[in-house]
Amino acid sequence: MAVVGVGMHPWGKWGRNFVGYGVAAARAALDDAGVDWSDVDFIVGGETVRNGYGGYVAGSTMARALGWNGARVATCYAACASGSAAIEAARTRILAGLCDVALVVGADTTPKGFLAPNAGERWDDPDWLRFRLIGATNPAFFAMYARRRMDLYGAGPADFAMVKVKNARHGRHNPNARYRAEVKAEDVMASPVVSDPLRLLDICATSDGGAAVVLASPAAARRLGQTDVRIRAVSTVTPRFPNTALDLPDIATDSAAVVAPPAIGFRPSIAAAAYEEAGLGPEDLSLAEVYDLSTALELDWYEDIGLCGPGEAEKLLQEGATTIGGRIPVNPSGGLACFGEAVPAQAIAQVCEVTWQLRGQAGPRQVEGAQVGLTINQGLFGHGSCVILSK
Amino acid sequence: MTEPEPVIDRWFTTGPEPALIGRRCTKCGTYQFPPTGEWCPNPACDSMSMEDTELSRRGRVWSYTDAQYQPPAPFVPSTDAFEPFAIAAVELEAEAMVILGQVASGFGVGQLRVGTEVELVVEPIDASGALVWKWRPCSE
Repeated sequence: MAVVGVGMHPWGKWGRNFVGYGVAAARAALDDAGVDWSDVDFIVGGETVRNGYGGYVAGSTMARALGWNGARVATCYAACASGSAAIEAARTRILAGLCDVALVVGADTTPKGFLAPNAGERWDDPDWLRFRLIGATNPAFFAMYARRRMDLYGAGPADFAMVKVKNARHGRHNPNARYRAEVKAEDVMASPVVSDPLRLLDICATSDGGAAVVLASPAAARRLGQTDVRIRAVSTVTPRFPNTALDLPDIATDSAAVVAPPAIGFRPSIAAAAYEEAGLGPEDLSLAEVYDLSTALELDWYEDIGLCGPGEAEKLLQEGATTIGGRIPVNPSGGLACFGEAVPAQAIAQVCEVTWQLRGQAGPRQVEGAQVGLTINQGLFGHGSCVILSK
Repeated sequence: MTEPEPVIDRWFTTGPEPALIGRRCTKCGTYQFPPTGEWCPNPACDSMSMEDTELSRRGRVWSYTDAQYQPPAPFVPSTDAFEPFAIAAVELEAEAMVILGQVASGFGVGQLRVGTEVELVVEPIDASGALVWKWRPCSE
């Protein structure tokens, strides 16, 4: 299974329709692959819930926008994990021998401020209820995870700020990133508190953007001369009962009163499933793109993907291991800190970055000699998302 | 003046010793909250029978934060000028689960730590006077 083409529309706050971003990304990915749109036999869209019906049927919206070509179509929604769910749909159809070349597209136009639930009186919708009954925004959940790092492991605001400083430095030269200025730790720690202990510059923005990948069977990849980057694993696992870590957007966890919690929690299980499928481990990684919705959450991911043990992430960061030039650079793209989140595009954008890194095309942010890269995120309502790619 | 009513039906009791109402499987004993389950969430149990049960009124803070910016609708602020409030996720020992709630008015993150013991109270959710559950740090 090869990634034969990748493309993005730069992230920003462009205020245009999401379809335009998706078409720009798709055309860039098709050009990169040397594939004619008429030769794509499967298109998958990452759904956006904020852009009306066209967003609900993103796959066919993109197909129509590119000009109907008769391809089979699917649309995937898995919240922040929508992009990898879409990649998995394309990958499995290719593996089944039902398709040679597939295009996966995600794009979004996102309003400023907190992501909000759907409008109306929705007393049976957990995402609506957590706002109505508690006022628990997404940053409130990120903040509770951050607070646990502080109270359990002794992490501090300076550690969180260091993540932002690192990612800002990485993203400075990324032409697709929205924020390309260096940030000082004191700027982070002087920005307003949103949800204690997290400040405005600890939390990722919401952005417009689009990303696309073209996947191909080994035979089609050889025909295209695009065999450099392979998908080794895609993990879209769900939690195992009882899931005892409080997850967005839930008001309560499962109860472990009768059944003991699984040996590893949900987040580490996402990566574990991908490592098992790839026959690789954390020691094999050259780089990782992790979902830094907040600075502190990036530190959680270090542990969840096995770069270090629980409570050791701050040390790994402080040693410079996760900076470009270090042992295992994390978020060489600049991460969500530099992009802001464009939900259905973001997991696809992670795969674009790893592909550029493995090809040696990442310019000033290149991780030297990159051989294996991992992307990870988590979509609310129990969606795992992890992709491992290698040369 | 009529008695204040819970903002949501059947999720908690009111009165001097209020409690959250959970569901409990009559076969395996697994708990669930919110109390909307009609079947057991334990994948190893095939029970279709869940009954209401009052959950522990005390627990320990799993984590906590606050809202210093006004959350978007359907959140309804209590006052015209938004006042920050704290939120706690609280671990109930007997039920072995964590339940989120606002922290009682008058208390902020400064009074909380992971592990702080808290107790369930009911307070008005907004100017309507409708009641919601909140977590209040225990005095001792």
